[in-house]
Amino acid sequence: MKAFIQFLKKEFYHIFRDPRSLMILFAMPLVQLLLFGTVIKTEINDAEIAIWDKSRDISTQKLTNKILSSGYFKLAKIIQSEPEIDTEFRKGKIKLIIVFDYNFDKRLTNEGKASVQIIADASDPNNATILVNYVESIINDFLRVKNDMNIGLQPQMRMFYNEEMKSVYMFVPGLMAIILMLISAMMTSISLTKESELGSMEILLVSPLRPAQIILGKVLPYALLAFLDAIVIIRMGKNIFGVPIIGSRLLLFLETLFFIITALSLGIFISTITNSQLVAMMISAVALILPTILLSGFIFPIDNMPWILQFLSNIVPAKWFLIAIKNIMLKGLGLVVIWKETLVLLIMTVVLLVASIRRFKIRLE
Amino acid sequence: MIMPDSTLLNFDSNIIQVKNLVKKFGHFTANDNLTFHVEKGEIFGFLGANGAGKTTAIRQLCGLLAPTSGQATVAGIDIFKNPEKVKERIGYMSQRFSLYDDLTVWENLRFYGGIYGLSNKIIKDRADYFINKLGMGKSRNTLLRDIPLGWKQKLAFSAALLHHPNIVFMDEPTGGVDPVTRRQFWEMIYQTAEEGITIFVTTHYMDEAEYCNRISIMVDGRIVALDTPKALVKKLKARNINEVFIMLARKE
Repeated sequence: MKAFIQFLKKEFYHIFRDPRSLMILFAMPLVQLLLFGTVIKTEINDAEIAIWDKSRDISTQKLTNKILSSGYFKLAKIIQSEPEIDTEFRKGKIKLIIVFDYNFDKRLTNEGKASVQIIADASDPNNATILVNYVESIINDFLRVKNDMNIGLQPQMRMFYNEEMKSVYMFVPGLMAIILMLISAMMTSISLTKESELGSMEILLVSPLRPAQIILGKVLPYALLAFLDAIVIIRMGKNIFGVPIIGSRLLLFLETLFFIITALSLGIFISTITNSQLVAMMISAVALILPTILLSGFIFPIDNMPWILQFLSNIVPAKWFLIAIKNIMLKGLGLVVIWKETLVLLIMTVVLLVASIRRFKIRLE
Repeated sequence: MIMPDSTLLNFDSNIIQVKNLVKKFGHFTANDNLTFHVEKGEIFGFLGANGAGKTTAIRQLCGLLAPTSGQATVAGIDIFKNPEKVKERIGYMSQRFSLYDDLTVWENLRFYGGIYGLSNKIIKDRADYFINKLGMGKSRNTLLRDIPLGWKQKLAFSAALLHHPNIVFMDEPTGGVDPVTRRQFWEMIYQTAEEGITIFVTTHYMDEAEYCNRISIMVDGRIVALDTPKALVKKLKARNINEVFIMLARKE
């Protein structure tokens, strides 16, 4: 036990004396959280738009007011002619232009339909789609009020669990998955391969320390620090961005711990494939970090992916982790609902550890 | 096989005793019927070309690798029955020195003392002893990356001796070190052997082989010669050990 504590101490010296490790462990989670939370947003605030109102009647006026008072849009320019559309878009500031056709109010009242054109700058397609959707829903709303319940079917949309569609609700869990993957899988695999690369692994194996103690001693500090980071991210998410934790905190922490262990076994497994720190880093980055960002459902919805990617996303641990912690944090659900995701993580961990032990033995022989 | 008549003389003073040791990897025989012994306090040179099976043999003696068949004891412990116990009695130093660059001289020694379960008091006393002996008092709290290579090597040796092992296994301990430092290092090895600690060393430098009390030469997994360097030179009518080595390695 004493020998093991001495080993842990050494490991912490390694971490705290390496500026790069410190950056990843302490600076990166904060910077990324602030970046994701404030800069990169999928919701719209004060997007600059232009309006070309050919009709200039009471309806277009009302609709314009409704659009502008929504808080999503800011009128930057009133245009009067066709060529101006192109000019304004080319300037780049205006992202969306609304064109009301002639006799808008008259046609709407008499014929029950009128023309309005929404032109968006799709050089940023995601943004364009969101803007168009917003305008559409405002116009639909306007029509409903105008027709005064004449339409039998009235969709009343509510976005449960994230009523305001706040993107930060997505980023906090997603960021946790990335940071935990970076620390628990990437950094441990590098730290383990470093011992082999430097030749100190031989010395450790010849010492009375058991191989299991050596591995545990290498991964435990990273597990602790990863867990600490997870707590910081959750707390910052709650205090700064108001991301709620409706469900059980204990369950949230346990699920996080579970994911850390899965990530650690990934790190251990990688270190049994290679003896080079550089290779370990590349494998971690390409095989672990990228899928965690792209295939976990963190940024791109899994339902919209081609079937092959949907299929692949099943082997990305972060996918299951994200489903589980979103259910806990945003919906307040318990283990009764997320046992399946937890089981998947458990199975992944066991498979990876068994494979690692096998490979480790082969390498010793 | 070129062997002296008195190969297995004194059992009690034999710190390493190996009989018919075989290690197979699938169909490949890495160690073919090794039989030798090493006496207490002896400097035993273990020579052979790359791939001759030296490392495999050492790994078995260190308890890292399970032998296929035969018998072997190290420091009185059966490596078949109790490989973990062997580890407490031996020290190990590899070509790459294996100290940590981002730890200080003292922290490195404390770490190696610590993983052998020594008490803080003992670690401190012994570390001080080695640090003073090497004249490194001023560098005690210097990070290892700022220490010259020759000192690192001596320090690695000291780290391997910290828990007072019965035997130290050294795998090409002088790789990449200049001749003067090598000379000094061998003086350290002699001193250690005089204190009764057995040295089991592999090397590629034939002048170093001549420093050993006895040497064994391995070719293709078998020991083809085992005697004092002088006796081997005489028997093969060679001019020096270098010639002996080349003659034996070629003949096979």
